Amino acid sequence: MTQTLTHNQAGSVPDLSYKPFQRRNISSGALSFLAALFAVIAVLPLILVLGYVLIQGGSKISLALLTQLPPPPGLEEGGIANAIVGTLVVSAIAALIAVPVGVGGGIFLAEYSRSGWFAQFIRFGTNVLAGVPSIIAGVFIYGTIVTSRILFGNAYSAVAGGAALAVLMIPTVIKTTDEGLKLVPDDLRRGALGVGASRFITIVRITLPAALTPIATGVVLGIARAAGETAPLIFTALFSPFWSDLLTPEGIFAPIATLSVMIYNFAIMPYEFHNELAWAASFVLVVMILALNLFSRWLARIAAK
Amino acid sequence: MTSSGSGHTLCKHALGCMSDLDSRYLLRSRPPAEKLVDNSFRNLAIAMASVVAIVLFSILVVVFQGGLDSMARYGWQFLVTSDWNPVDDQYGAGAAIYGTLITSLLALLIAVPLGVGTAIFITENIIPKGIRDVIGLMVELLAAIPSVVLGLWAIFVMEPFIRPGLELLYQLFNWFPLFSTPPMGPGTIPAVLILVVMILPIITAISRDCLNQVPPQLREAAYGVGTTRWGAIINVILPAAISGIIGGVMLALGRAMGETMAVTMIIGNSNNFSVSLLAPGNTIAAMLANQFGEADGSQVSSLMYAAFVLIVLTLCVNIFAQWIVKRLSLKY
Repeated sequence: MTQTLTHNQAGSVPDLSYKPFQRRNISSGALSFLAALFAVIAVLPLILVLGYVLIQGGSKISLALLTQLPPPPGLEEGGIANAIVGTLVVSAIAALIAVPVGVGGGIFLAEYSRSGWFAQFIRFGTNVLAGVPSIIAGVFIYGTIVTSRILFGNAYSAVAGGAALAVLMIPTVIKTTDEGLKLVPDDLRRGALGVGASRFITIVRITLPAALTPIATGVVLGIARAAGETAPLIFTALFSPFWSDLLTPEGIFAPIATLSVMIYNFAIMPYEFHNELAWAASFVLVVMILALNLFSRWLARIAAK
Repeated sequence: MTSSGSGHTLCKHALGCMSDLDSRYLLRSRPPAEKLVDNSFRNLAIAMASVVAIVLFSILVVVFQGGLDSMARYGWQFLVTSDWNPVDDQYGAGAAIYGTLITSLLALLIAVPLGVGTAIFITENIIPKGIRDVIGLMVELLAAIPSVVLGLWAIFVMEPFIRPGLELLYQLFNWFPLFSTPPMGPGTIPAVLILVVMILPIITAISRDCLNQVPPQLREAAYGVGTTRWGAIINVILPAAISGIIGGVMLALGRAMGETMAVTMIIGNSNNFSVSLLAPGNTIAAMLANQFGEADGSQVSSLMYAAFVLIVLTLCVNIFAQWIVKRLSLKY
């Protein structure tokens, strides 16, 4: 009894209640507030940009805008239809080049050589290629395809633009394929090889289907990124105020309009109507890209289940 | 007769089974067709992987070769002089290189605290998880907005909005070299601000992933010895995640240096060198986007030289980022 008393009197059971006005608690609270403030500032641009694009661009969307050609400078009637088609065409060409290369490269990294020197080198190269500025991809394609006129004597073309975008897509597709395949349990591979399937059959029938959703997520993200790129297209796909003749091969070997280049060209024009068309084109482009992004998220969520 | 017949077929059947057994359970060599398919698929995969290396290598070669003429003609002078005069055939990328470095470094200076702060906010349990996830999603969607759309927004919305602020800055601090010219609309400061918007998502996303990977035991131990929330963040959690965060920051720096469209549309594209941040400036990427289309002769060569400088800058930053992540990663 006396012992516990002295114990208490010595004060060795401290006061454990939270003191909000202690200096360290105040500074901790202040820092939390600061972090919240930063988060609000970080979200603000998205809200502002989206708001302006949806209001400024969305209010101008009409059937005529979506079905007509852009007007010559000074005139005030027309639309952005050829650029919408052009963006779809150029992105599709890019995907046609980048998906086989990216998936093939990813298969090599994940299935054939996980840690060989060549695989390490390719992984490093993929990361470096992912960091190459998009305008450099344009300069590269300009230097190889456009100036050499290697494509049946055509200089600026939809194919050249697609190739420039493919350079930017390849790293994304390789990385997601590599990572998606690595997530497939090794038991599946051993099982397939154990019942006598060849390496090819194992990959094509067992591991690739198992990794399909992550790969598809990466492809969709890659296309979304490519569709919004402008810099590689300015001097590869150029621009065209006319419909592309897509029913004949000449169409894809000729300059083509894209939404992103249209926004760039029309934004810096001194004509108000063209500026408005730029906003409308932004609206269409942003809606397309956000839809692709949300779609890839949905795919990823399916993959997680 | 019928019975013997059936016996015969039974025997035949059994024999068939035997030979079936042989072929099924003995090691058989794969048919050549299967081997061929297998090997060619493997070679195809190797070829596809090599495309990455080939593309990367050819980018370097093509741009280097394209710039060879200008390299021979101007040498190192190209990097420090800033005449850019197609009429006199006189080129120097000093202003653009300076602009590239100053815009990306200033953008980094603003974006790093904002991005890391946001990442901390959405990995801590200060507010409910639902709201934090929404903030994270919004920052990621910001990364999806094309840079040309941000440029459009910067021209018509952001720049007019901040101009009074810039004018005030000029009136108060025009004795200071960085603010020594009157704002004229497009300029370096608006370009820096739009770059901040562009690299913020990268820094936030990578920092968030790194903070999430810090083992919860570290935090629990820190709380256990009696520290506050921010004591734990500053002394324990941030140091544990710092390698990844620095890697993310370096990646963002590379992105900022190569960012083209938004900067081209708002920086003013002036090749006159000016220390003032309020004056129009230029970056290498903006110069390429602006002039490559209608350039010919030695101008193309000079632009290729500038592009090569940009590649070397971004390559260094990216390789350094990869190295630092490997080097600094803490082993728990």
